Amino acid sequence: MAAAAARGCGGVWRRAWQRGAGGPAPRGQRALACNVRAGAVPAGKSGLAPWVPVVGLEIHAQISSNSKLFSGSQVQFAAPPNSLVSFFDASLPGTLPVLNRRCVEAAVMTGLALNCSINKKSLFDRKHYFYADLPAGYQITQQRVPIAVNGSLSYSLCIDNKMSQMVTKTVRIKQIQLEQDSGKSLHDDTRSQTLVDLNRAGVGLMEVVMEPDMCCGEEAAAAVRELQLILQTLGSSQAVMAEGQLRVDANVSVHHPGEPYGVRTEVKNINSIRFLAKAVDYEIQRQIEELESGRTILNETRTFDSKLGCTVPMRDKEEKQDYRFMPEPNLPPLILYDAKSLPANMNHQQVVNIDWIHERLPDLPSVKRAKLVEQYGILPEHSFTLLNEDGLTEFFEDVIKQTQMKPKKVIGWILKDLLSYLKQYSLTVKESPVSSFLLADLLNHLEKKEISSTAAKQVFAELWKGEGKTPLEIIKEKKLQLIQDQKDLEQICQAVIDGQENEVMAIKAGNRKVLNKLIGLVQRETRGRSNPVLVKQLLEKKLSE
Amino acid sequence: QRCLSLIKSTKFLNAYITVAEETALKQAEESEKRYRRGQPLGVLDGIPIAVKDNFNTAGIETTCASNMLKGYISPYNATVVQKLLDQGAVLLGKTNLDEFAMGSGSTDGVFGPVRNPWSYSRQYKEKSVPKSHSEDKDSNWVITGGSSGGSAAAVSSFTCFAALGSDTGGSTRNPAAHCGVVGLKPTYGLISRHGLIPLVNSMDVPGILTRCVDDAAVVLGSLAGHDPKDSTTIQDNFKLFELPNLTDVSKLSIGIPKEYHAPGLSSEILALWSKAADLFKNAGAKVIEVSLPHTRYSIVCYHVLCTAEVASNMARFDGLEYGHRSDMNKSTESMYAATRREGFNAVVRGRILSGNYFLLKQNYENYFIKAQKVRRLIANDFVKVFGSGVDILLTPTTLSDAVPYTEFIKEDNRTRSAQDDILTQAANMAGLPAINVPTALSERGLPVGLQFIGRSFQEKQLLTVAKWFEKQVKFPTIQLEEVKRHDHGVFQHQKSASFL
Repeated sequence: MAAAAARGCGGVWRRAWQRGAGGPAPRGQRALACNVRAGAVPAGKSGLAPWVPVVGLEIHAQISSNSKLFSGSQVQFAAPPNSLVSFFDASLPGTLPVLNRRCVEAAVMTGLALNCSINKKSLFDRKHYFYADLPAGYQITQQRVPIAVNGSLSYSLCIDNKMSQMVTKTVRIKQIQLEQDSGKSLHDDTRSQTLVDLNRAGVGLMEVVMEPDMCCGEEAAAAVRELQLILQTLGSSQAVMAEGQLRVDANVSVHHPGEPYGVRTEVKNINSIRFLAKAVDYEIQRQIEELESGRTILNETRTFDSKLGCTVPMRDKEEKQDYRFMPEPNLPPLILYDAKSLPANMNHQQVVNIDWIHERLPDLPSVKRAKLVEQYGILPEHSFTLLNEDGLTEFFEDVIKQTQMKPKKVIGWILKDLLSYLKQYSLTVKESPVSSFLLADLLNHLEKKEISSTAAKQVFAELWKGEGKTPLEIIKEKKLQLIQDQKDLEQICQAVIDGQENEVMAIKAGNRKVLNKLIGLVQRETRGRSNPVLVKQLLEKKLSE
Repeated sequence: QRCLSLIKSTKFLNAYITVAEETALKQAEESEKRYRRGQPLGVLDGIPIAVKDNFNTAGIETTCASNMLKGYISPYNATVVQKLLDQGAVLLGKTNLDEFAMGSGSTDGVFGPVRNPWSYSRQYKEKSVPKSHSEDKDSNWVITGGSSGGSAAAVSSFTCFAALGSDTGGSTRNPAAHCGVVGLKPTYGLISRHGLIPLVNSMDVPGILTRCVDDAAVVLGSLAGHDPKDSTTIQDNFKLFELPNLTDVSKLSIGIPKEYHAPGLSSEILALWSKAADLFKNAGAKVIEVSLPHTRYSIVCYHVLCTAEVASNMARFDGLEYGHRSDMNKSTESMYAATRREGFNAVVRGRILSGNYFLLKQNYENYFIKAQKVRRLIANDFVKVFGSGVDILLTPTTLSDAVPYTEFIKEDNRTRSAQDDILTQAANMAGLPAINVPTALSERGLPVGLQFIGRSFQEKQLLTVAKWFEKQVKFPTIQLEEVKRHDHGVFQHQKSASFL
């Protein structure tokens, strides 16, 4: 969640750079382009020009497909080791790659969603390096001409952690390339052996390269979150970071405004969005501290240690590799068509038509949010929260369909009650014990003024237990119906007034706030079964008598 | 069975690495049953065929004549092997080659050199005996050429009806020329490479070795066509053809590329070449001298592209998933290094090293990219010549007849390959079909062949012309003395046992 990620880095920022909100506008162009709150980071102890952090991302998204990029083996997370390995995946001599059309379509879809131009002709290359989980000794990738280039991604984040102040930013997408995933190596240090699982070897990846248009962990996190939502909306990747379907490498450097970019480091092994924000911010801070103490930054690969919360140099990638790129001779150029270039006699099952895919793109998150705001009159920030939780939008819309309550009021129940319960119990929307039907039912009782909102919360708490009772049953069981008999209510109000002489005096002396206390007392007396508006009226009437 | 016993009696040729006796007998039995039922699987049913040991064969060792793959049994059949088996062919065994098909002599495999059957022919003995009289009787044998020398020798010595080779720079046509058999290199993309252990993916093609052009056409017909497992094969299905008996060549235009008058071309072959040209001319064909100006850059260019792909293709042999693994276990890296040092011979290691050098970032533009550009120029040379109305190019296949082994090994593999591929290699660069047709015997009594190069995917035209030529030159049958002693009359029988 973007908001959570943003929260994560706030402390680090201030300590390191003593930044103040609303500071002077930055001079450096880069700073202008990328700083959310204050502009360029003020200098530390040395008192020199401020620092401008630059963050670029390389994101590997595993393509959601039945089979691998170049072989017929199945793709499945957490299958028994080496159970999904074809002869090609194990690089048996004489085997050849055969491109999976589904993977191409996923990449085209993603490219279109990220406003890229799709290359009608793209090429595959071999990237060589020796590693135990790379059986062929090379990875097939798209180094020279990738499938999609020159796109952009808009994402939003909140300023100073306030949901009400959202800023929309854009990061340029340099390219999207198709490539093979590697297998997994497991190092058993005690027995000094390495075990290799090739289930993942050859699974299709989309590498999305984002230009260094970001300047802090918060921005990087928000951009990745938006990308994740887009991929999930398209279905081109499940993009679950915990399952390694989305892996982020961050390129980080700092420099003074007007000067060339500093030496960058690459931070790998970031496996959650929260850690991405932390890793990037840690790395920015570390680089500034290094430079300000007169040291230099090495162009190196580092890894984020989530337990220590810091980045450390990676040992096995120390040596600079020459990947000896070479065209993949076993794959002809990948040719894509559009409506115009599509040859009439071509078998439609064998070609990929860009226009066809374009027409069938689902609504992207940004469009969905705009529609939610427009259709239901909810706040833009609420639309973000709705989309950020998988299934929450659908839940919300289901409730709306089944209740007379206005969407603006429903959203409060969704975000304040349902969501906080889900968070508290670490459940997903799908796992919620309160279905959209039950919630709508409950809200209808509230809307019909059969119960007070206090009582409704009690009913919700009961529903959460998942005992299969309907809201009405709970209302009856707990006797939560509003007291419909005005005389009964008047009596209770009178009793409260009679018992609270001091308060009555205060109200009569003009302290209206005390009235709320009396309302509360009536509520307590009726165990939430009174309509506060009505109680207020009654009390006021009685007090003015 | 006759073939199997012949294989045994010609064991000294070292043509086979593995003889699949048991499975071959079983296949033959089943084939016989089918014939008895009157339901043969196809024209190749029951036909004994040998396969070069760089094609994967399920259940039969595939070694590439390398320590790296000694004992390696593939779990799958190469598409071409599968197609042969599907047609009922009997797979006799796996034939010898240069390690990973890198060489032009069939002398650089871990199982030793292949001996040319013609070394033991009456024709060679009669003409060359005086010269070698004083020497050890056995030291005079000549090489087969390579790298598909085992396949060429197997066909030439009648141990099989046809054999599969592979052709990357001439590896099918060169040994075919030296062993006096037909060697066809089809157009790139016509036959699936799936299951062929690659040398240079962008030039490799499965090659066909037979005793006559008609046979080559039949085998081609059963192998050609799209393979979903090889993305570089043609999309269309291949149409079977029968070769017509050409009677009139007057509509043909035969090109004689002057650049193939290469340095080192023996006068004997030069004479034969012009005789062949005259043959066409006299029969009414148009014979014109043409120019393929970039031919001379071909070998250098090939060296760069070949080694680069070799470096890449050989990267998978790391001892992890299959093949040889060294006992060295200090670290993964040291295991890799030791495995590859022990598994590959010096030729392979040398090519890997130079290939990696050409692919280095600082060299890529200067070598690899340049070589690719030259390759395009070479291919364009052919396009231009064929565009000008020439139907078929006629060239020598080799510079000379086969040399004795003792001579051959005086030069290193690289020099040899560069010399021997010089006339065959450009066709691979351009992906064109080419065929060696045995033409005559040299003064030493050894076979000499000529090469025809055709237009892309115009195998039918190429083979038709080759067949006409074959008929005119009446290349003599090999007379194998030593074997004959054991196996009387087999050869005549085999020769006439044509299935057509």
